[in-house]
Amino acid sequence: MSCARMESKILGYVDGRLNESERAQMEKHFATCAACRLRVNEFRAVTSLLDELPVIEPSEAFDLRVHARVAAEPAKQSWWAWFMPSPRVAFAAALLLLATVWIGYEKNPILPSWDPKEADAQLMEDMPVLEDHDVISNFEPLKDLPQPVQAEETDQTNQTM
Amino acid sequence: MLDVKAGDEQSFALLLHRYRTPLVNFLYRMVRNREQAEDLAQEVFLRVYRAREDYVPSAKFTTWLFRIATNLALNSVRDNRYQRMEISLDAPVTTDAEDGDEKTLDLAEKHPNIEQHLIEETRRKMIRHAIEKLPEKQRAAVLLHKYQELDYGEIAKILNCSESALKSLLFRAYESLRVELAPLVAQQGKS
Repeated sequence: MSCARMESKILGYVDGRLNESERAQMEKHFATCAACRLRVNEFRAVTSLLDELPVIEPSEAFDLRVHARVAAEPAKQSWWAWFMPSPRVAFAAALLLLATVWIGYEKNPILPSWDPKEADAQLMEDMPVLEDHDVISNFEPLKDLPQPVQAEETDQTNQTM
Repeated sequence: MLDVKAGDEQSFALLLHRYRTPLVNFLYRMVRNREQAEDLAQEVFLRVYRAREDYVPSAKFTTWLFRIATNLALNSVRDNRYQRMEISLDAPVTTDAEDGDEKTLDLAEKHPNIEQHLIEETRRKMIRHAIEKLPEKQRAAVLLHKYQELDYGEIAKILNCSESALKSLLFRAYESLRVELAPLVAQQGKS
């Protein structure tokens, strides 16, 4: 293994992340190359120095701040929530519908128009028929006569009994 | 995360509890400002919460989490670049919990061996400054590799590069650290 190829694996060797055969190849090279042996020792020293930095703890208010920011987030609405109108919108839509129906009815009423003059003229036209009907229905001599059809019917019922 | 997706608020609290410290430390080492790191970490958790319903477990949760964190950190570092260039690397940062000369005195009073404490503090400053001097992407790679112990595949996904490109990036980063920390490395070799 050449010194140039060592570069890509030297950290892996220091960390112990190489497999057995790679590790054996590296050690074989170190046995003959003093420069690479020195470098690997210096890399070990560097990683050991990095361990000296202390770990800091987040401030006591850190969690509270995160929770406060999360709580301030607007609630995410699902896609179907779009179809669910708010009560105000539903009420306004209902009023609008009612007003439209009422205005429409005012302009085109369902019942036929009733003109008193026209009705009077129709009454006058029908008056002779009504008068004839009135005369016939109130004709006294006709009331005394028995109803022929009804009499036959009563006879038949008596016979059956 | 799947429980969070299902609307379990308690699982989100568990997630927060489990990842807040590694996330704040990663962001703090990226942006070098504690307050900003906490703000960014809050933003990461908020984005996780917002995206919970669309979460697909195609990758490890940590990969997804640190990808959000890395993107936010890189943007923040780039936004603050000009501002940070004006601040001397040696200037004490009073909001910093790790360094800060004002704190040194308080700690030194309590410390049984002041000289030893000052030596340790100087070493830490050198290490922090060496990390800080790395280009942003190299810094993120080192932090994810060293402190989060993520594997190469995960880090490559987070940084949106190939695994071989990542190995090359990490090698260059550790080379820079080796040069920058040469005095400490030499001491380490002797001990």
